[in-house]
This record gives sequence, C-alpha cells and structure tokens, in this order.
Amino acid sequence: MRASDEVELKMLYYMKLARELETRIERKLYRQGKIVGGVYVGRGQEAISVGSVIHSRSGDVISPCHRDMGAFLIRGVSPGRILAQYMGRKSGLTRGRDGNMHMGDLKHGLIAFVSHLGDSVPVAVGIALSFKLRRQPNVEFCIFGDGATSTGAFHEGINFASVQQLPIVFICNNNQYAYSTPLRLQMNIKRVAERAAAYGIPAETIDGNDVLAVYETVGRAVERARSGGGPMFIECVTFRMTGHSAHDDARYVPQEAFQEWAKKDPILRLEKALKKKRLINGQGLKELDERIAREVDEAVEWAEAQPYPEPQECLENVYYAPELEGAKTNA
Amino acid sequence: MPPVTYLEAIRQGIWEEMERDERVFILGEDIGVYGGAFKVTEGMLERFGESRVIDTPISETAIVGAACGAALMGMRPIAEMQFIDFISCCFDMITNFAAKSRYRWGAGIPIVVRGPCGGGVHGGPFHSQNVEAYFFHTPGLKIVEPATAYDAKGLIKAAIRDEDPVLYFEHKYLYRLPKLREELPAEDYIVPIGKAAVKRKGRDISIITYGAMLHVALEAADTLQQEGIDVEVIDLRTLLPLDEETILNSVAKTSKAIILHEDTRTGGIGGEIAAIISEKAFEYLDGPIVRVTAPDTPVPYSPPLEEFFLPNVPKLLKAARELAAY
Repeated sequence: MRASDEVELKMLYYMKLARELETRIERKLYRQGKIVGGVYVGRGQEAISVGSVIHSRSGDVISPCHRDMGAFLIRGVSPGRILAQYMGRKSGLTRGRDGNMHMGDLKHGLIAFVSHLGDSVPVAVGIALSFKLRRQPNVEFCIFGDGATSTGAFHEGINFASVQQLPIVFICNNNQYAYSTPLRLQMNIKRVAERAAAYGIPAETIDGNDVLAVYETVGRAVERARSGGGPMFIECVTFRMTGHSAHDDARYVPQEAFQEWAKKDPILRLEKALKKKRLINGQGLKELDERIAREVDEAVEWAEAQPYPEPQECLENVYYAPELEGAKTNA
Repeated sequence: MPPVTYLEAIRQGIWEEMERDERVFILGEDIGVYGGAFKVTEGMLERFGESRVIDTPISETAIVGAACGAALMGMRPIAEMQFIDFISCCFDMITNFAAKSRYRWGAGIPIVVRGPCGGGVHGGPFHSQNVEAYFFHTPGLKIVEPATAYDAKGLIKAAIRDEDPVLYFEHKYLYRLPKLREELPAEDYIVPIGKAAVKRKGRDISIITYGAMLHVALEAADTLQQEGIDVEVIDLRTLLPLDEETILNSVAKTSKAIILHEDTRTGGIGGEIAAIISEKAFEYLDGPIVRVTAPDTPVPYSPPLEEFFLPNVPKLLKAARELAAY
C-alpha cells in the first residue's frame, strides 16, 4: 500500500506542523513562562503518529500518548485549541482541567490518556470491542511507547485483544528511552515486537523515521483489522530527540546518539524523497514552512487571548448533570 | 411474581436491563458458561449470546479498562469482579481513568463494576472484604450497597442507567438468605441513587448502617424496643454520594447516633458520617457519636476469629444501651 502523491504531501505538512507547533510550545512559550507544568514533545518521532493516523476514517478512534501531536492535528483539532489547552485556558480541550497532551475529544475520535501509561491500552481494547460487538467496520489506533509495554495494563490489554481478535492496531513508538531508562533496563529482548508473539499477535519492526514505511505497514495492519483479521503490533524504531520533558536535559543519553539520529530526521527524509520525485522543490518548501509558521503564529495569538476558566469552575462536571450537557467540554 | 432472593433480584435487574437496552452487556470471569461464581448471571449466555455475555481472562485491569472504552463508545457495560476483593487489581483504572474522565475532558463513563462483598461465610481475608473506603475518597464515583431484594433490583437498574461509573456492592451473606426473600413489583422500577431509606422509624437513637448490618440493626431494634429504647434505623443504600439530609433529619429527631458498618474501623466511612453529623447537627446531639465496626485487622478465617471480628447483635445492643443511658 503506497501513499499517493497527495497523501505524501499531506504527511509532510502534518509532520512539519507538529514540529513547528511543538517547537513553539517548548522553546518559546514554556521558556517565557506562558506554559506552566510539564511539556512533553515528540520531536523526531513525528512520522509515527502522522504515518499511522492518516489512515483513519470517520468512526475510527485514536488512543495517542504525549508524543503524538500529529494524531490530534490530523483528526482535526486546531493548533489554537491545542495551545489553549497547554496554557490552561477555558477553550482548551479540557477547559483547564488537565494539562499538556492530556487531552481528548470524542467528536474527533481522540481518547484523552492518563499519566499512568499503559492504562490507555485496555481502554483502546474496549473501544475495539465495541466495534466488534456492534459489527462496525472501524479500527482503533493504539499508540504507546516502549516503557508502557512494561506495565501490567499493557499485557492484560493486548492479551484480551488477541483472545477476542479485535479490530485494533498496536503502534509502539520505540524511541529507546523511557525518561532516563534505556531499552536494555526496560526489557530483556531486542525488539519490543517480540512481545506480541507471546499473545499470538503478528508483529513487525520498522524504521519509525521513514514515514512512507510507517504508512505502508500501518496501512496493511488497518486493512487487516478492518476486515476482521484481528490485531497487529507494529514497532516503530525511532529516537527521542529531546529530554523526557522540557525540564529534562537528557544528559544520560550519549550525545553522539542525537547527532546520529539527526541525520535520520523523518521530515528531512521525506523532503528529500519528495524532491527526488519532483513533488516539491526548494521554493515550495520555503513557502510551506512560511505558511506553517504563520499558521502557528495566528494560533498562538488566538490562544493567548483566550480567557482562563473561572475559579469556581473547579467544582463543576464531577458528575453528570443534565443542565451541563449543553455546555460540554468539547463544544 | 413469586418471591425472590436478594441474588435473584440482582439477576432479574440485570436481565431486564439487557432486554430493555441493547447497549448493555456483561463481562467478567466465569460469568458466561459457568453463570458466575455465585450464579448471578446464570442463563444469560443462553439468552443473550456471546456478544453480550463475555468470559474474560483473569485481567481485572483489562476487564474494567475495556468496560471504560466500550462505555466511551456509548455502550453500557457491567463488569463483574468475581469477589469484590479483586477490585484492588483494577484500582487505577477505576480511580484514575473512570472517575476522572468526565471532569477532565467531558467524557462520561457509564460503567457498573459489581461484585460480592462482605464476610460471615468463612471466606477469609480475600473473599470477605468491604472495599467501599478505598473508593469513597474518589470524586467522580458512585457507590451503592443494597440490603434488601427490592433495593438490590432497583439499585442495579439505577446503576446501569446512571451516566457515571457506579460501584455496586452485593453482600454475599445476603445472597440466598431465606428471610430476605420477597415478592417484587412486576412493573419496572428503580431505586434512586443518592437516597437513603428509613427502614424503621424511632425516637431515641439513629442507627445509620448499610449492607448485611441492616439486618443486625433491625434484629437489635426489636430487643431494644422491649427495653424501652426505640431506635430509628437508616439504610444508607447509597454510600457515595451520602444522603446527608436523611441522616441529619434523623439525628435532629433522636439526638443520638450510632454508625454501624461491617468494614474495619479506621478510615471506614463511619468516620466521615460522624464528622458530617458533628459539623451539621452538633446542636442536636445529646451524646457522642458512636461507631460499631469491625476491628482494624484483615478478615480472619477461623470461625471463632471471624465471630470476634464481625459486628453483631450483642455488640450493637451493648453500644445502644450505653448510648441510651448517656
């Protein structure tokens, strides 16, 4: 399953938009004190969420984690609302109730994850279960990192998915570090994909910085799931080009690794491939970058003007209240 | 309708909701082919099929997590914990995912997590617990515990229809207790969540209780009546949110309160109820707020140990007589 030219250009746009947005978040707004708390970006890993989620259709559901900005953008969440979310404004996706990437929107089929990584997996499995029980031709895209695969929740989840042969694609962002913990302290196997065999799930390990490879492999997995073929596990090998969070300088990572992986940057690689196919040239890229920078500028301006929630709102929405249904979070 | 046991009432409630609403389905260990460890779900697999009655692996986190996911997609899952003691295995899923979901991102999770609680059946430490205290502290959850067949059916229906995550605790000692058999209304009814019930009107002492202890209180009440002590017995039915109004109205009337729960003492919900009464009904009190509870130990197995552990009629009588004389 190869990407069409149009899709390749779309993927370039989304990867660049994710990169620019997160750069603005981490290197500008956070350092200016306009974003407080934690900031977790997916720099260098953009190909994984973009190359996967671009396959999603209406009715499909995505369970992303904090490195998956591309997922939110592709599913239609505006940069402005993402920034409002980061800045704790009322018009963020959680109305200030939760921060940074802990956001979701059922209308766009995006599930808000919790900090307890791994917990997203059984929930994603339940979503896929609902597709099966109701005979809906939809697919769940469950994206998580290498570290999350150590949790009990992950193992219980994928086991159940396999027993029930559910329409779910497990996409592992193996960026080789979980905070400061390298892969060799996280697991005693060479590839995360080896875990899938224990659950009877077919698995592949691919270059997570090659968005065309991600597109092709996940595309196959999605088709298989959608036609009733059950789950697949796709390990996307990449590298976390930042610290775990904005306040982590990642000094525990051998610094040569950053240099080595910078050469394999997913955006540069796609640009090169598209130039070779003459789908874009230097001028086109410059214009694209400028367009994206403007798009993010406007989003920042909009988000900064958004009001904070009223302090009293702290007490609202713990339980269902019919009168609040009209003023739902994700209006 | 012939009289039914407390357990049969729960089964009827689940069955009727499954007939009524195709979004409802059940999942858990041994609930399908086996009909459940206590047979609550007996017959459901034959009637509703594999797509609505799902036998799961031993994976409480996946059971409840999957229930959350299906609920987000608009279904109405009922997740069974074979013994409610196993709910600790999915503590995170309940307290951090289900309970906080509406608050965080406006996505309600209408799941029911149900299972048998309580002791008195020689179950030992892991088949006899009362776990409400662990979850009482978690905003976003609802907790109910019926003490009669009527309430069991009404509350399970209410729980299934509720838009929020409800923990539904069934006291296993009550499951087949003959004296709890009763005829239930033929027509559809629910018992509203958040409303306690005055199960015995009285003037002298309010006994606030729930679950199997309701019947300890009612039995003690008869004895106390003969001694001229007229107790009012309140069955909480819902533990979270507490029906403060019913509790406070009763204490305002009687001026003396005993909180009776089978759960252990420290951190049991009795402490919270006592604090509420003290804060809001202080002027009415003619004596200290008394708690009759199990001691702070795991539930022991050997019969003399368990008998020592469990609150019972003699212990309640002693407390009530002392308070009456205060």
